[in-house]
Parts: sequence; structure tokens; C-alpha cells
Amino acid sequence: MNTITDGAPAPILEVRHLSKWYGKGDSRFQALDDVSLSIVAGETLAIVGKSGSGKSTLMHILALLDSGDAGTVLIDGADSTGLSRRAINRLRNRRFGFVFQQFFLTPGSSVLENVILPLKIAGVPSGERRRRGLAALRQFDLADKAANNATDLSGGQKQRVVLTRAIVGEPDVIFADEPTGNLDSVTGAVVEDELFVLNRDRGVTLVIVTHDEALAARCARQIHVSDGRLVDTAVAAA
Amino acid sequence: MNPLDLIRTAASNTVRSKLRTTLTVLALFVGAFTLTLTTALGAGVSDYVTTQVASLGSNDVFLISKASASAGGSGPQKFDPETSSPSSGTANPLTGSAGALTPADITTLKGIRGLTGVTPISPVSIDWIATSTSDKYQLAIAPTSSIARADLAAGSQLDASSRAHQLVIPDSYVKPLGLGTAQSAIGTTVSLGITDVLGGTHQVTATIVGISNASILSSGAGANASLVAELARDQKAGSKALDRYQVAVAHFNPHSSASAINDLKQRIGAHGMSAQTIAYQLGVVQTVITGITGVLDAFAIVALLAAAFGIVNTLLMSVQERTREVGLMKAMGMSNGRVFALFSLEAAFIGLLGSVIGVIAAMLVGLPLNAALAAGPLSGLQGLHLLLFQPASLVGVVVVIVVIAFLAGTLPARRAARKTPIDALRYE
Repeated sequence: MNTITDGAPAPILEVRHLSKWYGKGDSRFQALDDVSLSIVAGETLAIVGKSGSGKSTLMHILALLDSGDAGTVLIDGADSTGLSRRAINRLRNRRFGFVFQQFFLTPGSSVLENVILPLKIAGVPSGERRRRGLAALRQFDLADKAANNATDLSGGQKQRVVLTRAIVGEPDVIFADEPTGNLDSVTGAVVEDELFVLNRDRGVTLVIVTHDEALAARCARQIHVSDGRLVDTAVAAA
Repeated sequence: MNPLDLIRTAASNTVRSKLRTTLTVLALFVGAFTLTLTTALGAGVSDYVTTQVASLGSNDVFLISKASASAGGSGPQKFDPETSSPSSGTANPLTGSAGALTPADITTLKGIRGLTGVTPISPVSIDWIATSTSDKYQLAIAPTSSIARADLAAGSQLDASSRAHQLVIPDSYVKPLGLGTAQSAIGTTVSLGITDVLGGTHQVTATIVGISNASILSSGAGANASLVAELARDQKAGSKALDRYQVAVAHFNPHSSASAINDLKQRIGAHGMSAQTIAYQLGVVQTVITGITGVLDAFAIVALLAAAFGIVNTLLMSVQERTREVGLMKAMGMSNGRVFALFSLEAAFIGLLGSVIGVIAAMLVGLPLNAALAAGPLSGLQGLHLLLFQPASLVGVVVVIVVIAFLAGTLPARRAARKTPIDALRYE
């Protein structure tokens, strides 16, 4: 299933025959087993599976936070294996945004400081950082909270700050790992809405890891991971 | 992250955990404080000694004394009325020798090539000094004063070639003698009383040409050659007893090389006398002082090493606490090098805080202490600033501590840099 209709879109992310093992000796187990997957630009993809199924590992490898033991990861059709660490850092900084179940907001710093962290890492001058950070906060109606201490906010506000941080660098892909896992259903729904608005209005590709079937259902495509393998939707449901 | 942002972020991170940073800064503070005071002490004392050395001037003068009796060979020396001299028992503070020189020795010295202006220093002991209106006060005349340069508070140095009787007196005599100020005392004529070997008393008049500061290296008044000769003549009272001198001075070519000076010393030594330059004798004093301040510095360094472990501990805790933050920054594309730099800079910043506060505190304590000491217990040593704060050494202390802190920070910084983003983000 593909939401992109204009011609044959090139996959922005692709994995081929990806395998990953953890541990050594007797405790060695296979986290991912021959996974192949391609994601096109502008797509919304849910990676669904039980805890320990390997879904987070798959997302980490897609986001170049981790690497597989076998198989290849392609970014815009190019093999990422040969990329230098510097190039990978740059890629993650410029093109990926991250939302995790935990907020990972820096305590004692302001909301704005937290939001502009990716820009700071990218080396954007401080005036421009501030301007872009405030513009992003305005989109989420958080501009009045810019000077507040980030850890003093409510859970929903925190996750929206995290979303702001994820989009401030205008990434192509947002990786979200259980983005609503720590939120009650009402605030969770608000955050979900905002994620899909980003996809609709800006064409940001969403890769969402979740065990929440309702959230997964809002994505255009779902893949199910079980024991490190991609399984057919119907099989997983059975 | 650009370098300025790195420094700013590191600085703001240090103040995030206030109590922990404060305690670490305190440890460094103690080290910086101690190191500043010990280096200031060393600088102050050695500066004073250097001034004193300069005040003693003459770098072309040997002080020659009799080598002590037992040093000449093994066992007691045979008595010879022409050359033997009774040991006085009191060591000359400058030469350390207890023997006395005879006229024969002086003749020998005059015969040594390379020595010029050999002058025996006559021991003169006067009874009192007084002006026409004052009471009589005891006064000692330093035997080598005629060749030394006094550390003057007022007036001028003694003129060795003058026929007039010249006197330099310590400034503690100015008030008792009713001379007003050091400045107004210059040019005053005073009387000196002396008792000769037969018990007769004599009076000699002399003019005050200088007022000297109290000093650790020269004590008593100074008299020029003409006055000393006059006093010695009176003291001897026409006695036929052979002259005995504690010490003789001789000049040598000031451009002589060290080996030439050594050679001269050995030739003098061959005649049972020992010769030393003034610089050498003061060098011994300086070596002792350098040794003492070195030990004090070592204590300060030990304090700093302890503080360095404090930094390692603080930052390790900090790295542990901020594992997820580090993971997030790395996930967002921050390089290992930048993470390393961030934590190392944080350590350096802690070092900067501790050292600057320590140096400032040391100065705030040291300067009033200096003034109090100079006015109180050390008032006898004029011109001594016990603690001398030199800008270069203050900067040096700060730099040393920042470097130590930075090095201590590299261990935790390495640990932070090596965290993988995944493990760091999973960390609970």
C-alpha cells in the first residue's frame, strides 16, 4: 500500500536482508532475521510488534543509530555502509528527527534551549537558532512557554516540546518510538494528530514504532515484527 | 556544535549541579590558595635576598679568612709564634671561620698574583656613640662594612678613599640620638668612644653619611676605611702585640671566569686560608629558601592531586547522570569528539573557577597579612615583603590548575564519548 501517487517514488530508506544478533555463546539470539523493507518519501509506516520482537532494533538500524550484522541499509538508494561516522552524524542531524517514549528533556534548561539542541549541534548561529526555535514553538502553540523550565511542563506539553525539537531542523523523516506510550489517551491523541499533520502539511515521512493498534491503524502501512521477522498482517492478527 | 557554543554549554552545565560543582571547586580552591601563597612566599623571600645581595654589591671581592685549625690537616697543628693565631671561638657570620689572619698571611696574600687591594679588616669594637646632646648608646661596627654597600634609607654609601671619618648607622639609632628623621641625620657629627687594650679611653668624631635599613645580612654600623684605621690605632694604644685580623678583603678581576676564580681560591687555600665571594655565600641562603618553598609547593601539589581525583569523581557522576542526555545528543548527530570536548571543557571550567577564586582569596588574605607582618613581627626587616604576588606566577597557578583539571576531565569525558546512543537512550 502506498500513499504516494505521483509516478514511481524512490525509496528514501531501504533495508535488504538485514540480520542482527545480540549476545555471545549460549545467550546469543537473533534480534532481526533477514528483514527487507523499503520506505518511500512522505509515507507513514507503523512498525508493530510485542515487546522484544525486534521492532525498536529495526527502527534504530533504519535511523543509523545502530548497525546490522548482515544486510545493507540504503539512504536515497545509496548504500550507507561506506559512510563515514561524520557523514552519518550529519545525516541524522539534518534529515532525521526523533521522538522517544521518554522525553529526554534536559532538566534546568528552558523549553527553547531544549528545542534548538539539534540546531546547536548543527552549528547554526545563535540568532538564527532562536528565530527558528520560536517559529517552531509557535506552530505547536508553545511560544509562551519558550522561557519556562522544560521539566516543569505537563506530560502532553513535554511531548509536544519533543515534537517541536524533532521538526525544528526540518527533517525528512521522523522516527517515533512509542510516542504516546507515556501519555493519557486524550493528550496522546493530540500528539498523534500533530504527527499526522506534519506528514500531511509538510510531507514528512513518519516511521512509528508502537504496540498501540489504534495508532498503527492511522498509518498508511503497518508492518508486524515477531521474533525478528516481518510477518504478514493477517498472520500476526491470528 | 561550534566552539563558542561548546564552551558556553560546558560552562552552563557546570552550574547545573550546584552543590557538587561547589564542593569540587572548593577542593581546587584549597590547592590554588596554597600554591599562590607558597609561590608568593618564595618570590617575596628570594626577592628580598636578591636585594640584599645587590646591596652587598661588590662582585669582585673575596672575603678571606683563616681556614679553621682542624681543617688544615689531621690532628692538632703545631704552634708557631709567627703564623699561628688563637681561635676566637666566635665564627664570622660571613666566612664561618674562627681563625684569625696574621700580618704574615696578609703579606702572603699580597704576593698572590690576581689579587689586588688586599686589605686586612681590623676588628674594632667601640664602646658608645653619642651626639653632643644625646645619651651614649652602644654600637657595633660591622667588620666588612667598609667594602659592603649598605641598603640605605637615606644618604650615600661610604667613600673608601675619603680621608674624612664616615659612618653609616642603622636607622634605629636616628631617634635615640635625637637626629629627627633619617634625612635630617645626614651630615651630623657624632662622637665615638673607644677603650684601648691598656684601658685608656679615646674619643673619635665622625660624620654620618648614610642611614641603613635593618637587614638580615648586615648588622651594626658601617665605617669607612679611614675611620676604621683611626679606631684601630687608638684601640691598639701603641702595643707591640702582633696584629690579628678576622678577615681580609681582596679584589680580583671582575671579568674573571668561574674557573679562574676557582683557581685563585685554590691558591689562597694552599696557604691555609679560605676565600669566598659574597655571591657564593648568599647563594647558600637562597638555596635554603628555594628548598623550603619547594617543600611548601609540593604540599600544594598534593592538595591539587587530591582535587584532581575529586574532579574525576564529580564528572563520572555527572556523565552517569547525563547518560541519556549524551545519548540524545549523539542520536542528534553530535560527534564523539564534541562530546569529549564538552565534558573536558566542563572540567577545565571547574578548574578555572576554583583557581581564580583561590588566587583572589590568597591575595585578599595575603596582602593585609603582608602589611600586618611588615608592621609587626617583621618590622626589623625593612624592605621585606614576605608575600610577593607576581602577575606571571598568578597566571601560572591558574594555568597549572586548569591543565590539571582538564587532564582529570579527560577520563570521564572519554567515557561519555564512547557511549553508544542506543545504550544511552535505553539507560534507566
